Amino acid sequence: MMKETNTLLQVEDLRMHFPVRGGVMMKQIGAVKAVDGVSFHIQSGETLGLVGESGCGKSTLGKAVVRLLNPTEGKVSFKGTEITRMSQWRLRKLRQDFQMVFQDPAESLDARMSVGDLVAEPLVIQKMGARKFRREKVAELLDRVGLPKNAAQKFPFEFSGGQRQRIGIARALAVNPDLLILDEPVSALDVSIQSQVMNLLLDLQQEFSMAYLFIAHDLAVVKHMSDRIAVMYLGKIVEMAPADEIYQNPQHAYTKALLSAIPVPDPTVSRERVILEGDVPSPINPPEGCAFGHRVGHVDYPQSIGIELPFVEVSPGHWVQKCPCCVA
Amino acid sequence: MSNLLEIRDLVTSFDTDTGWVRAVDGVSFSVDRGKTVGLVGESGCGKTVTAMSIIDLLPKPSGDILEGKVLFKNRDLRQISPREMRRVRGGEIGVIFQEPMAALNPVHRIGKQLIEILKLHQEISKKDALKKAVELLDAVGIPAPEKRLSNYPHQLSGGMRQRVMIAIALACEPDLLIADEPTTALDVTVQAQILDLIASMQKKLGMAVLMITHDLGVIAQNCDEVVVMYAGRIVERAPVKELFARPLHAYTKGLLASIPQIDSVRKTQLNTIPGQVAAIQDFVTGCRFCQRMERIDSSLSRQRPEYREVSPDHWVETCPQCYQG
Repeated sequence: MMKETNTLLQVEDLRMHFPVRGGVMMKQIGAVKAVDGVSFHIQSGETLGLVGESGCGKSTLGKAVVRLLNPTEGKVSFKGTEITRMSQWRLRKLRQDFQMVFQDPAESLDARMSVGDLVAEPLVIQKMGARKFRREKVAELLDRVGLPKNAAQKFPFEFSGGQRQRIGIARALAVNPDLLILDEPVSALDVSIQSQVMNLLLDLQQEFSMAYLFIAHDLAVVKHMSDRIAVMYLGKIVEMAPADEIYQNPQHAYTKALLSAIPVPDPTVSRERVILEGDVPSPINPPEGCAFGHRVGHVDYPQSIGIELPFVEVSPGHWVQKCPCCVA
Repeated sequence: MSNLLEIRDLVTSFDTDTGWVRAVDGVSFSVDRGKTVGLVGESGCGKTVTAMSIIDLLPKPSGDILEGKVLFKNRDLRQISPREMRRVRGGEIGVIFQEPMAALNPVHRIGKQLIEILKLHQEISKKDALKKAVELLDAVGIPAPEKRLSNYPHQLSGGMRQRVMIAIALACEPDLLIADEPTTALDVTVQAQILDLIASMQKKLGMAVLMITHDLGVIAQNCDEVVVMYAGRIVERAPVKELFARPLHAYTKGLLASIPQIDSVRKTQLNTIPGQVAAIQDFVTGCRFCQRMERIDSSLSRQRPEYREVSPDHWVETCPQCYQG
């Protein structure tokens, strides 16, 4: 594949399987295929949104990309350097260019560290600057994410959910990354606070020209934040397209169902909803063929068994997993 | 009057280190038979405390109703004995909680929990109760209900657990269902299933629903009337179409404006409400939204703004700065 020059992150056929063990000898009897053959790229300064239901492998994908998990198979390249097999020691140096923000700041921030220490920690790990520089940098970062000056001396529990998420963002920004992996950064927040944090993320992206991998389950939020969107279902990307295109012209039945399930905040709109039956099937023994056709019990589902489901470009930049049942 | 539930000047208070604080501070609204009323607001606004006050599930003695009336079928629920209250709760009033894993008993099978509620509220033999339990699980769309009876809650998915919660809440065919964030923990696709289920059961049983949520999308698509709470008080209340077409309080307007819309222009700044809901012990007597907007110095906002009906069925807290008629 031709690589464009400003490709920041390139993920090729990434697989993340977790062994399932059982029996007396704890032999491997199966695998949870949390991420099963995913490919995408992110260009510098761009936001790729990743949506899907819980259990579809979004967060696992995010973690495998930054190697908080070691992928089973596949290749992740960052600025042209493959990081999939890189040693932890070398990886640590590179990590200053990609940082992660987690969903629940209450859990991802060490409760016994002051906010100042938390935000300075990435600088310490990367051995950046002396103590005085770090103190100034922390003050600058806290101010930038909209926290009060005295925040550095306080502890995470003294802050509300929205403010804690700002601490998480300040921490990720400390080392001037080029890419932020944002795993459900606004899902736990109230609407008015959610919009404050989204505005902050948009501002920061402009200011520091960072790229985002924005993982969320709220499609309206993802659409607002993203340039392109990838829809994930049971460990695979079923559709990927520019954000406006995917909303105006969804191709895959799963994307259509997801879109129609969003409650519209307007009582005068009554839409025909596609009510999906059931839940995402277990990734331990995923159904053969098209997993979504299987869930909805599509009449043409049997045709998808045993054949390769190709990921094809239907219009410029609009990719969809072709199958006999879900794509017209 | 067709009022099924009427709440008048409810004040619910909690004992904290800083003294008694009013989590719900003079709230009045009603729910008509067969209607759905949405109670909306950010976390910390007193939505859940209001619901818990209705069904007497406050953590007494550290939390209690100080003033007001809770009239259900013209009977004040504050005056009845705990024994009668237990009959109302789960019988005439069904409840669904946000997190079904916390509300279901993890060490009892689904079947046992369903039969328990049936036997508690009705003269029914164990055999009939078992039959009814299967019917209930079937009604809420659980496949192979006979087999599911012997499952424990952890063996079910989140959506399935919420269905079991609904089955338990509806077991005694209540007149009122209180649903506290019934879909917040669920995916959009499952949320749509659960909301559809509640609506169809409502039609079938003719019950009223008090739907507590922070999602204005859920409100718009499922409710007849909306009550907007802010910092322990109702700031606005109106029929759903009226509220979305003509919001009159600055907080309601702010909430509506801050939702990212599917057809909004991407990557533009969203409208937001600055600041956050004050902590309960810091609530002021005057307009609390002015407090958030840091307009508190204004001499006009020192006393509690009047809450009145400004047009038929449209009630607003008429703070001179937040009421924008």
